[in-house]
Amino acid sequence: MSRKRKKGKRVIPGFGLTMGITVTLLSLLILIPLASVLAYSFRMSGTEFLELITRPNVVQAFMTSIGCAFVAAVVNCVFGLILAWVLVRYEFPGKRLMDGMIELPFALPTAVAGITLSRMYSDQGILGRLLSHMGIQASYSKVGLTIALVFIGIPFVVRALQPVLEKLPHTYEEASEMLGASRSYTFRRVILPELTPALLTGFGLALARGIGEYGSVIYISGNSEKEGTQVVSYIIMQKLNSGSVDYEGAAAIALVLLLISFLLLLFINIVQITAGRRTKQ
Amino acid sequence: MSKETNHIKAQERVAKEIPPKAEKNQEKKQKGFVPCLLIGISVIFFLIMLVFPLVEVIYRSLKDGFAAYKNAITASNTLSALQVTLIATLIAVAVNTLFGLCAAWLLTKFEFRGKQVLSTLIDIPFSISPVIAGLAYIMTFGRMGWATPLVEWLNDIFGTNISFVFSVPGVVLATIFVTFPFVSRELVPVMQAQGSAEEEAAAMMGAKGLTIFKRVTFPHIRWALLYGMILCCARAFGEFGAVYAVSKARGKTFTLPLEIDALYMAGSADSITQAFAVSSLLVLLAIIILVLKQVVEYRGKREQ
Repeated sequence: MSRKRKKGKRVIPGFGLTMGITVTLLSLLILIPLASVLAYSFRMSGTEFLELITRPNVVQAFMTSIGCAFVAAVVNCVFGLILAWVLVRYEFPGKRLMDGMIELPFALPTAVAGITLSRMYSDQGILGRLLSHMGIQASYSKVGLTIALVFIGIPFVVRALQPVLEKLPHTYEEASEMLGASRSYTFRRVILPELTPALLTGFGLALARGIGEYGSVIYISGNSEKEGTQVVSYIIMQKLNSGSVDYEGAAAIALVLLLISFLLLLFINIVQITAGRRTKQ
Repeated sequence: MSKETNHIKAQERVAKEIPPKAEKNQEKKQKGFVPCLLIGISVIFFLIMLVFPLVEVIYRSLKDGFAAYKNAITASNTLSALQVTLIATLIAVAVNTLFGLCAAWLLTKFEFRGKQVLSTLIDIPFSISPVIAGLAYIMTFGRMGWATPLVEWLNDIFGTNISFVFSVPGVVLATIFVTFPFVSRELVPVMQAQGSAEEEAAAMMGAKGLTIFKRVTFPHIRWALLYGMILCCARAFGEFGAVYAVSKARGKTFTLPLEIDALYMAGSADSITQAFAVSSLLVLLAIIILVLKQVVEYRGKREQ
């Protein structure tokens, strides 16, 4: 590969060294272990594989994970947009604190978030009591599961939107208003189209994180098969625990989960590439 | 302040005559109904989703008084977990910094075939479930794993007894996996924006690789590097799913999040309070990380 190009073109040293270290570490730590999962699941026959991933509890777990992560990502898009807008456009006391704290879900260990949310939204918790008066059971239900995923996903949307909003000049809105457009029309037709790629990226990242999430959801969801609150990661983990070790089942489900992740990653990349092209034009 | 100047610049570029008036307009508009409503919604969301949980952790951890709190965080299991967490975090940050520097150098200073693929592969750990990371190591190094005979053979040769699952090395590996792209991801955009003209000039003048890095590249990327290391650190000490899969021995290979899980799952009121006491340590760590991040971000922006 390196012979193809003229040697003189590479003035900067270190190609071989950095390539060597990068590829070695990447292969040893990431690619080879992941390949073992693939190898393990390919050892099964097609029918075996299908049988494993179409079991009712597995299908239900996928529906729960994807459904709740989707709802949470939509909620995050709405609130993320408002938060990003407020943080970029307005001045108010406590703004810097808010800006810094947005990333708390990144920094706070998921297990801590999980047990805390689970307690807060249980019948005795401060918010859970409020919700149960309204007839909503939050902890140990899909509602709680979605709340945990909203918590985990919010920084993805806000951080995707902020830089784009900062670059968006006020002149667009002013021009639109001077031409007589109403505020909501300006928002829908002038601002939103500019934000769509960033919003979709944030949505995709939050969704990807939500579908695979483990630590923050297992406490609050209750993991009940009957109520359909088991998530995919929980099912995989269950199959790894001593007592009922089922590596094949785990590998098969993991393969499907990997596939979903790759599709989402692809989606995000396409969104970004198209957006990049549009701004260049 | 900087936003305002940005804003003025943007306006100047487009229409030079209007700026002062338009700006006043903007400030007036801020007092309208919509901004107040939006700020209100943000503040409520912020309080409920982000501030309440922190208060809840602190409140629950101190529920049984300070003596109980002290007992919980100095229990032998907690201390052992703290030790494992520190080891795993330090090694993960070190390995990923080395990797991040190499990968960023490779991806930004050279053109080669397969660059895009390599860059995508590096990002894999970002988008996959941490549970899969744990599963991957079990399937490689576990009882049924294909690499187990290889590891045993190496152990025989060197007279060691290292295992890569259900052991501290396994915990370290799982931690490295989930934090793998953090440093390189912060470095690549900065180094890309910098270009490689300066490095080329230095190389032409006969500087060696390490000198170029130390004298030319490093001053530009130090804040981004520090930022990446901080992110890596934050994720490393809090990792749960991946580590949970490869760590089974409480008091030996448990990290702090696993210890919290064990205490919480024990279910008695006492042990739940203990779980929150240990959690409060991690909350403190998280807040330190957030503050450091703000500082580094601010300094980095100012230098640009």
